[in-house]
Amino acid sequence: MTAVAIAFSDSIVIAKRNLIKIKRVPDMLVWTLMSPIMFVLLFGYVFGGAIDVRGTTYREFLIAGVFAQTVIFGASWTGVGMAEDMTKGVIDRFRSLPMSRTAVLAGRTASDIVSNSLSILLMGLTGLLIGWRIRTGPLEAIGGILLLLLFAYAFSWIMAWVGLKVKTVEMVNNAGFMVIFPLTFVANTFVPVETLAGPLKAFAYWNPVSAVAQAAREAFGNTAGQIPPDVWSLQNPALYTLIWVGIILAVFIPLSTREYNKASSR
Amino acid sequence: MIRTEGLVKRYGDVVALDGLDLAVPQGTVLGLLGPNGAGKTTAVRILTTLLVPDAGTVTVAGIDVKAHPDQVRKRIGLSGQSAAVDEHLTGFENLDMVGRLYHMPKEKSRARARELLDVFELDEAADRPTKTYSGGMRRRLDLAAALVAAPDVIFLDEPTTGLDPRSRANMWDTIQKLVREGATVLLTTQYMEEADRLADDIVVIDRGHKIAQGTADDLKRQVGGERIETVLADAADLAPAQTILAGLSVGEVQVDDQARRLIAPVSGNVDSLRNVLQRLADANIQVADIGVRRPTLDDVFLSLTGHSADEVAEDESEDGKGPKRQSREKEVVR
Repeated sequence: MTAVAIAFSDSIVIAKRNLIKIKRVPDMLVWTLMSPIMFVLLFGYVFGGAIDVRGTTYREFLIAGVFAQTVIFGASWTGVGMAEDMTKGVIDRFRSLPMSRTAVLAGRTASDIVSNSLSILLMGLTGLLIGWRIRTGPLEAIGGILLLLLFAYAFSWIMAWVGLKVKTVEMVNNAGFMVIFPLTFVANTFVPVETLAGPLKAFAYWNPVSAVAQAAREAFGNTAGQIPPDVWSLQNPALYTLIWVGIILAVFIPLSTREYNKASSR
Repeated sequence: MIRTEGLVKRYGDVVALDGLDLAVPQGTVLGLLGPNGAGKTTAVRILTTLLVPDAGTVTVAGIDVKAHPDQVRKRIGLSGQSAAVDEHLTGFENLDMVGRLYHMPKEKSRARARELLDVFELDEAADRPTKTYSGGMRRRLDLAAALVAAPDVIFLDEPTTGLDPRSRANMWDTIQKLVREGATVLLTTQYMEEADRLADDIVVIDRGHKIAQGTADDLKRQVGGERIETVLADAADLAPAQTILAGLSVGEVQVDDQARRLIAPVSGNVDSLRNVLQRLADANIQVADIGVRRPTLDDVFLSLTGHSADEVAEDESEDGKGPKRQSREKEVVR
């Protein structure tokens, strides 16, 4: 087998192991999936009336934003999972085996795609119940969902690095919140960017989360024909998102792998 | 099969290994003895490619560990406190996962997992998550995981720490069987008895240094033979008792005022015990407790380093590993 084939097959073994854990300890998944439903309902009903979005209902505008935020939060479970693994002896077992050095990370980020897909499914169903509709074809919609998952996957690698770096599960959660809250709120996720003030607006324009949400919104046909703000990132949201995905993966796959090799179990 | 020369590992200012030399010929067992913080686990971690040493050469199965860690990983198995099993997976899933990560074909990996579960008498529990296993079962599974690829060299890091005596005896039988089948084993332990039973050669290390090497008998000779331990009912009798014991002892009599205890090295155990009792009774000294004791690891340490294994455990902890483990192990040592 070539090195790539080995890395791939090892990653699948590790991903399987993680999925078995989800199956055996379903509580964690249930709670992970409750929050997206809660977000859809909370934002839909609490802010639904207060926020005005031209040409479309707020709920329809909102869904893509909630999707984006939730899959990013979902990605932070990767960090939690890595930090948890590192505290246990099983990671030393892995490191003493002739397996690929990236497989534990690649397997973890891969299995987190599964839980993120489940949470998109549940959010979508909840959204449909409260009036969200896909106004394009199934292909576009699937494209939007894939883009969301892809961005979340890239984000998983950042969180994996954080999880290896900060060492405890609690700290991963705190560190994750510190980054994810501003990133997902100072964006067009929940409000139109135009309503934001000066520097916040500039940040939101170039925030990749805005681009993901914008791209998803366009893919679902939830923009009601609104022309996005005249910035390149939001004019080409899918491309801008893909560029970010590429940059994140190029930086954080090697960085996380190095950290994994360095870290001994604690 | 295993050879290290001048192995050095530092954690900041703490020197965990300070020029350690080891050599383990094929088909033999080396017992690496020492208290917590002595550097045992650090040595195992370096030999199993988990840690990179700061200096020195390491070869396992003829392969340079620093240069070709991946080649080494194919030839070794690791079990004990440094490695573990996944608690959410079943026994079978754990072993099958390890087999797959050794890149065994699917069918072969499954068959090997079942075979090992059978050998380690875990077949009935094979499809239960290991969370539900007892400590002894988990250790057995852990050892089985190390043997999945039938490795040439096996590293056992305190394989029986925390096990009850029966599980420990079972584990010893298993390890002896492996060696009969040709495996080379490096075993770390805190128990003299374990090393005595399993090891062909024993290396005692303390604070990263080798302080003694030889067979179990060599080491015991170095420590001295049996000793009579006497606890007196009345502290006032300590001085006369010491005089009496000194007359019968083959070495210096140690006195612990607080515990009202005297320890006297002796040669012929039963006769000396009778003599001591007789002389103490003649002198009208009340004895609360008396017994003949064989040397323990603690005695080895007292004799070799002048401090006991417990003291070291309190002084230092190996690469910041928690005090929780130490206190657990200390109980067992006592």
